[in-house]
Amino acid sequence: MPFEPVIFFFILGLLAGIIRSDLKIPGVLYESISIFLLLAIGLKGGIELAKVPLSSVAGPGLVVVLAAAIIPLVAFPVLHRIGRLARADAASIAAHYGSVSVVTFAVAASYLLRLDEPAEGYMVVFLVLLEFPALVLGVVLARRSGGDTRWGHLLHEVFSGKSIVLLVGGLLIGWIAGADGIKPLDRLFLDLFKGMLAFFLLEMGLVVASRLGDLRRAGGFLIAFAVAMPVFAAALGVVTANLIDLSVGGAAMLATLYASASYIAAPAAMRIAIPEANPALSIGAALGVTFPFNLLIGIPLYHEMAIRFEGVL
Amino acid sequence: MGAQLSPRKLLTIICEASLEHAIVDDLLALDVHGYTISDVRGCGAHGRRDAEWPPSANIRIEVLCAEKTALSLLDHLQENYYANFGMVTFLSDVLVMRPEKF
Repeated sequence: MPFEPVIFFFILGLLAGIIRSDLKIPGVLYESISIFLLLAIGLKGGIELAKVPLSSVAGPGLVVVLAAAIIPLVAFPVLHRIGRLARADAASIAAHYGSVSVVTFAVAASYLLRLDEPAEGYMVVFLVLLEFPALVLGVVLARRSGGDTRWGHLLHEVFSGKSIVLLVGGLLIGWIAGADGIKPLDRLFLDLFKGMLAFFLLEMGLVVASRLGDLRRAGGFLIAFAVAMPVFAAALGVVTANLIDLSVGGAAMLATLYASASYIAAPAAMRIAIPEANPALSIGAALGVTFPFNLLIGIPLYHEMAIRFEGVL
Repeated sequence: MGAQLSPRKLLTIICEASLEHAIVDDLLALDVHGYTISDVRGCGAHGRRDAEWPPSANIRIEVLCAEKTALSLLDHLQENYYANFGMVTFLSDVLVMRPEKF
């Protein structure tokens, strides 16, 4: 099978939305499952992080964050100059693509696990580190020509947002408690993880179906961007992974992280920080095109790229 | 004994859920004594807002206050949010008991 079976739930949700089924995942369930997934991913990362010295992650982490800054810095001029999008829209979309998608990360981890292609366990540290710098960069790009920013509101939105609180919180709990300490919680957080991910993907299929109208507004250029940008970012991810000597699995995970676009943390932060940007464009591209592209085509492609370019640097 | 009723204004704000923190801060800064917030769904100029996930969620904020406060709140909302956010506001006359609370 070319892709992770859990993706069938996404396709089911998508089809249900397209045929206007009365299937609806209650908002509270969406919230509950996203809390579970964020916490479980953080915990798993923390347990793995406890197995290696922190100093071995700090240097690579810095390289990963610095290289990732290239993504919004390339995306912005492409959208603004070539795509003729307004500065605010281009900056907001660039921020979405510079940040990362936790669910895409989780699906890639499941995909690699199924193929018996292990990745470095501390990849979740990179996930946390990559969430927010692009959001700040996006706001700087939007405001270069003036305009005031409620920086306090933005920083509060980013750092007190549930993504960061739960990922970092889970990471710390997993790191302090270690594998043995977390063992009593394994049944909940590890064994049920994939089932919860399936539920979440079903819901995301429904949400994507309801946003398909936004794609018409986005137009051909933005749709092409939403496919080309992740492939470019994934290539950057593979190069960066080689630079810091990650395994093939690690390179595929980093490529997926770079290729993914945020649709949980970024929309909330950008709505506050760049209110004049149209959220239908950024969410339409990130969630309507890039997210399904990454799930269906991207992850296997990035894995293949990681294999082909292993040790090129 | 008949209920003692006094006139006040009910300001209703229906807007994107992402504005909740910002507007609550504004209300407190503008001397509002209390408010009620509910999650709501609907459809309007910004399309269907079905609350399926956070970016498509709406809230309704209700504020009971004196007319002067309500008008300055309306001015503030118009100036800061109308241009870029989905927002509907309306003002109604209501009768309240214990008017000192509002």
